[in-house]
Parts: sequence; C-alpha cells; structure tokens
Amino acid sequence: MLPAAFDYRAPTTLDEALGVLKERGDDAKILAGGMSLIPLLKLRFAQPALVLDIGRLPGLNRIAGQDGHLSIGALVRHVDVERNGDLAKQVPLMSEAVHWIADPLVRNRGTVVGSVCHADPAGDWGSVMLALGAELVARSASGERVIPVAGFFQDPFTTTLKPDEIVTEVRIPIPSGSSGGAYNKLERKVGDFATVAVAVQVEMNGGKVSRAGIGLTSVGATNIKATEAEKALAGREPTDEVIREAARLAAEAAQPKDDIRGSAAYKKDVVRVFVQRGLHTALSRAQEARS
Amino acid sequence: MKASMRVNGVERSADVEPRVLLVDFLRTNLALTGTHVGCDTTSCGACTVLLDGEPVKSCTLLAVQVDGRDIKTVEGLADGAALSPVQVGFHEEHGLQCGFCTPGRMLVGTALLEGNPDPTEEQIRWAISGNICRCTGYMNIVKAIQHAARLKQAAATAPSPAAVAAGGGE
Repeated sequence: MLPAAFDYRAPTTLDEALGVLKERGDDAKILAGGMSLIPLLKLRFAQPALVLDIGRLPGLNRIAGQDGHLSIGALVRHVDVERNGDLAKQVPLMSEAVHWIADPLVRNRGTVVGSVCHADPAGDWGSVMLALGAELVARSASGERVIPVAGFFQDPFTTTLKPDEIVTEVRIPIPSGSSGGAYNKLERKVGDFATVAVAVQVEMNGGKVSRAGIGLTSVGATNIKATEAEKALAGREPTDEVIREAARLAAEAAQPKDDIRGSAAYKKDVVRVFVQRGLHTALSRAQEARS
Repeated sequence: MKASMRVNGVERSADVEPRVLLVDFLRTNLALTGTHVGCDTTSCGACTVLLDGEPVKSCTLLAVQVDGRDIKTVEGLADGAALSPVQVGFHEEHGLQCGFCTPGRMLVGTALLEGNPDPTEEQIRWAISGNICRCTGYMNIVKAIQHAARLKQAAATAPSPAAVAAGGGE
C-alpha cells in the first residue's frame, strides 16, 4: 500500500520544526516512530499535506530525573523504557506496562510520547499516564505550556493539542517510597489491541491510601480516568471492602462497546476484576517498597 | 527526494518520493526481493530488516526516514557461499515450511544472538513474537535459533580457521 503524496520535512532543530508548524500546522502530521501514523497514511485514513518528521531533532531521546519528576523525551522509544534499569526502580508501573505494547519490532520504533499524542483509546500509555498523574510539555513558536494528561484526551485520536504544538516530553511525578502499581491487560495475542486493560498506581501513608490513580484502556472513546474509584480509595484504609467498591465504581465509569473482542457487559466485568486484582498487586508492592 | 543508506555494507541511494516505504525501496529500487511484504499492516513481521542492528518492520518506515542509516536484509546474512549460523540453523532444524516468514525471522534471530548469545527458549519465543508463521512451524524455528546459538558458541571457543591454517591451534 502506498500513502497519498505528501510533502516531507525533517528539520534538525526544534525552532525550525516549530516554524514549519506555525506556517502549516493545520495541514501537517508529526511523525516520530511512525508505528501508528504510517499505517494510517497507508490505509489513507490520514492524508496530510505535510509530514513533519521530528526524528532528527536533537536532545529528545532522553530519560532524565529532575525536580521530583521523570522526564521522558518525545523520541524515547518503548524499547528504551524496556531497557532502562533506573526507570524500573523509579516507576515500575511503566516497566510492567511496556511489555504489553504491540510486539518487539514495533517497540523498537514506536515512542511513548507519540503513543500518548495519537490518543488511541486502545493505547496502553494513555492509561498508565492517567494512573501516574503525568503531564505533557507542549512547545510552539509562541511558547511552552504544560498539559495534564487528565483532560488531554477528548475523543478517539483527538486531544487538546493545538496544530502548531509539538509535545517535547512527558513528565511523570516520581512516586514516593511506599508506592506500587500494576498493569493488567487482556489481549487475544501478542500485538493485538487490548480487549480491556487497567493501570493502577497507589501511594500509601500510615496504612492509608494517600493517592490512587486508575486508568482504563479500550473501554470508551478515550483512555478513561476512573475518578470516582480513585476518590473511593483516597484517605481510606484499603480493606477488601474498599477495594471492591473502587472496582465497582471503575466498572461503572467504563463505556465499552460490543465487538469481536467481547460484549460490553463482559468488558465491564473485566474492568472490575482487573481493578480489584491490580489494586491487590499494587498494594502488596507498596508494602514491599516500604519494607 | 534523495534517500541514501548503507544496505548490507554498501552505500546505496535513489531518488524517491517521500511516501515510498522502505520495503518498496529495497524491493523495487534496489531489487533486493528477499525482504517480503506479508500483511502490509505492521502485524506479521515478514518485512523485518535490521536498522542499525535492531529488527524493525520495513513496511512501516519511509525510505527517507532512514536516510544515512545502516540497513541489513536477508541478502546480507551469508558471507559469499558461507551461510551465517542462523541460516545454517534454519537449514539443519528445518526451521521453515513455505519460507515466506523466514527472511524476517532469521534477521530477528541474528539480532537476538548478537545481544544475547545464550538465550533461553522463553527469550527466543519472546524475540520472535512479532513475526507470524502461518505454517505454524514455531517448534522448529525455536530449535533453529538454538542451533545457531550453539554454532556461534562453538565458533567463539574454537581456534580460528586462520590460526589453524597457520599451524596454530591445540
């Protein structure tokens, strides 16, 4: 399959890239790893006049800790997360989730930030970033703004990003010592999109949950932040009863559809099971992290 | 626009439209037809090539994107008539039936053994999980890569042919 014709630019400085977007942002698509965009171009679901390849921009392939958060640059690939030992210690939820993304060949090219910006409701990173309370840094010719991932997703493949903006990094608050996360995913085979997946992250303080984050994959028009379920956990001692209630609320927040991967009712129940299971795992990991 | 890259150790370049995919550049412009097009939708891995040593799907890359980079295809595995250890492994263990997925799979095996000379069966299965064999001959594919690992290990511990020819060795 051959994409429709497009102009191609591969700038070597961020300023040049931002200048191109200022002029032609409305007609452009940004290419990073290309694991989602190129299939869309080939199927001609996307026919941009301009493809702006940011693959040659310097300094965007770094994973770095600063001021209590971890910064993941726009060109950091899934495989870079997979191989990063420090990240496995600082944000183990990411290291667990990355193994579930696509397949090893796609992980050698696809990027974390690209996946979040692509805003596929079946994308794994969106839910992980919601659970972690991450923020995106967007640059344009007129400046920089920070966008919380909660609120970034509007519809399938639609975000609050403006046509002249490039997300240069995602910032993840480094969880405290007594914290734990878990990513559970149901897929038919390696490389398939999730039937359902759930990311959970908890932080504990004095036997109580100080912060809970829950993100849901493939059960709605976007990755969903299960806000009511998070509230049911915050400030509470995570008893079996509290966990069951949070799982029920998360299942209520899910809006899945019937498809070849399962019925809506089935998927809702998988959300309930995965939230419950994920919370138990995350809490025991938080316990281990403290001791 | 011009796309230039090192393919199997040789500098190659051609004038292509930006929308030309790497797999089409290899097959059409360079006549390297060992790289196959299977699903054409980033699912099957038949089009796998090594980009700077890492296996990637060449149906999901633009030729212009890899300008200046290093590409290895199945045609670059053998050294003249001498098959590479992974190629020998696929031959000895009957690691192919129809052969369609084989080029991509041999490149995945090659990259795996480069970074991990003694992989477990699980690590091999993990590495090939992005490559689909519709003959479902996975058992022998795993054995083929294990065979290649043994060959490489034996070669690493044996005296080199040059040393033997010079009267060296044990």
